[in-house]
Amino acid sequence: MSTVSAATALDRVLQHPAIWRRSSAGAARLRVQSSGWPELDARLPGGGWPLGALSEILFERDGLGEFGLTMPALAALTRARRRVVLVDPPYLPYPAALASAGVDLAYVTVLRGIGPEAPWSMEQCLRSGCCGAVLGWLAQADYRQLRRLQLAAASGDSLAILLRSASHAEQSSPAALRLLVSSSETNTFVDILKSRSMTEAAPAWTLR
Amino acid sequence: MLWACLRFPDLAFAAAFEDAPANEPRALADGPTARRHILAADAAAQAAGIRRGQSTATAHALCPPLLIRSRKPEVEQQLLEALAAWAYQFSAHVALAPPRAVLLEVGASLRLFGGWPALERRLREGLHALGHAHLLAAAPSAAAAWVLAGCRDGTALLQAAQLQPMLADVPLALGGLPADSASALRSMGLRQLGDLFRLPRPELSRRIGPEAMAWLDRLRGHGGETLPAWRPPERFERRIEFDRETGSIQALLFPLRHLTGSLANHLRARDGGVQRFELVLEHAATATTTVPVGLLSPQREAETLFDLARGRLQQLSLPAPVRAVTLRAAQLPMFRPLSRDLFEPVHGEGLDWPALLERLRARLGDGAAQSLATHPDHRPERAWRIGPLAAASPDPRPRPLWLLPHPCPLRPAPHRLLAGPERIESGWWDGGDTRRDYYVVQTDGGQRAWAYVPAGERQGWMLHGWFT
Repeated sequence: MSTVSAATALDRVLQHPAIWRRSSAGAARLRVQSSGWPELDARLPGGGWPLGALSEILFERDGLGEFGLTMPALAALTRARRRVVLVDPPYLPYPAALASAGVDLAYVTVLRGIGPEAPWSMEQCLRSGCCGAVLGWLAQADYRQLRRLQLAAASGDSLAILLRSASHAEQSSPAALRLLVSSSETNTFVDILKSRSMTEAAPAWTLR
Repeated sequence: MLWACLRFPDLAFAAAFEDAPANEPRALADGPTARRHILAADAAAQAAGIRRGQSTATAHALCPPLLIRSRKPEVEQQLLEALAAWAYQFSAHVALAPPRAVLLEVGASLRLFGGWPALERRLREGLHALGHAHLLAAAPSAAAAWVLAGCRDGTALLQAAQLQPMLADVPLALGGLPADSASALRSMGLRQLGDLFRLPRPELSRRIGPEAMAWLDRLRGHGGETLPAWRPPERFERRIEFDRETGSIQALLFPLRHLTGSLANHLRARDGGVQRFELVLEHAATATTTVPVGLLSPQREAETLFDLARGRLQQLSLPAPVRAVTLRAAQLPMFRPLSRDLFEPVHGEGLDWPALLERLRARLGDGAAQSLATHPDHRPERAWRIGPLAAASPDPRPRPLWLLPHPCPLRPAPHRLLAGPERIESGWWDGGDTRRDYYVVQTDGGQRAWAYVPAGERQGWMLHGWFT
């Protein structure tokens, strides 16, 4: 272990939101993973997906690009040899499409056909601390389970994203970030419904 | 050298009654069928007047509900080996002293355990927890430790010079000499070991023979001692039989914890791990159920093993009530603890990926966690595989992130075509003949879909994926 990497390790410790330093007072630094979409990064506090916190993507229908939204981040994580776990996706994640988005399939694991065990599995992955990203399609999760997932996400350093139907937008959620993906006939929009430490509402972003 | 000797006076009794609850007076019998006599009795039986040496008929007459069992030498041996495995955590040189004692060389590890008094306390606490009555002593020679444990529990001699004075007043009967030598010496009027030590060597040697003479030398620490070192066996098997059959998985968890606990003990003694083991559930009428538990890397923590085995067990539906459960591990590979970067911050539980995958597989089943791979085939439904990776070059053509397992009709027909057609025509040779024109289309709801029509046509839209 060289002194250089020890110093970077120390830096990472000092970036923890729970550590307050006089020199950086006022500019709370969040651990984030760039989403790879400059327009989205500009709207997110810290400039990316929050790490160690639960994010939610709510979508009106399948096929609006809600999963694609995470693709650049997943590609970056797998290229950095971090494990990505997809928990109970509704369809088969098509390997050819993942590969052409730049995702290294060697670091992708899909948990399929697990039904009621999905929340447990997602929580285990988040708690383990060895996953770069955990994405879950938990249609039936209730508030208590979301709260558990949020705590599990906070114990680790992973990108934790829950993808659910937009019908849950009205319910309260412990997630740190909530995005709503909606569409008109020709376009798809992304709205930020909720975000910790965001002061003003950002305008909707047109995804495609 | 400092040898500690652990003697287990109740070993035969414990072996015979291992699986019987103590709710009635119990006694152990031995001898030929015609002259079976009582060898040992528990407190309840002794209170009823049962004494060592009584015939079984007398014992039954004195105490009708008395439960009498015969010795089980093979179980005694197993039990002694289990105790040796347990003792192996304190010393690298453990020797069996059948029938009822285990010797361990503790001189080399004395400092590690903080001196003899601390080690003695740990030994006694451990044996107490295991539930074995024991006597123990330590001495510079193994033979002396064995004799002292038999007559002076708790003695510890650290200097070889103390041996002879300490052994001098040990009665001959407890001195460990061969039986015929001991009785010959008794008839000569000798009563204690000290009497022998005072006799001139050549004369004594002529009367008791070289074997007994060598033993006397070993006792005093004069002769060299070579004790075969006991090695933990290469496999592990333990069986627990229930008093009554059980039909619930929940009731199996308690014995399971016991079994994985002793497996972990065994593994620690071997400094090994286990990668595959199986639980065999025995039923009264039907064939046994075998539950294999496979791990990705060798493990040895009792808690981990229990968790994994429980995960497998809870997926099971029992075909019949269970009468006995066996844990069997045929191969015990080397265990290599994980090495971690000292400066790498550990998040969450700090599990590594194989450990997490094991936990998931244990609860969800072997097939639930899948890795994906592309497969060189033009037909989309065959262009992927579950399993290890095949090298593939990225495909520049549009492919959806979601693939439907089975194409389904797309209604109403899409009105906006964003890309296409892409003709996919393949598979006439393997019966999966496919001729389709694929389009990227947009539905009325703004969804992007991957849909196809039969080649050359413009209706009969089938949805095959979502650009999500």
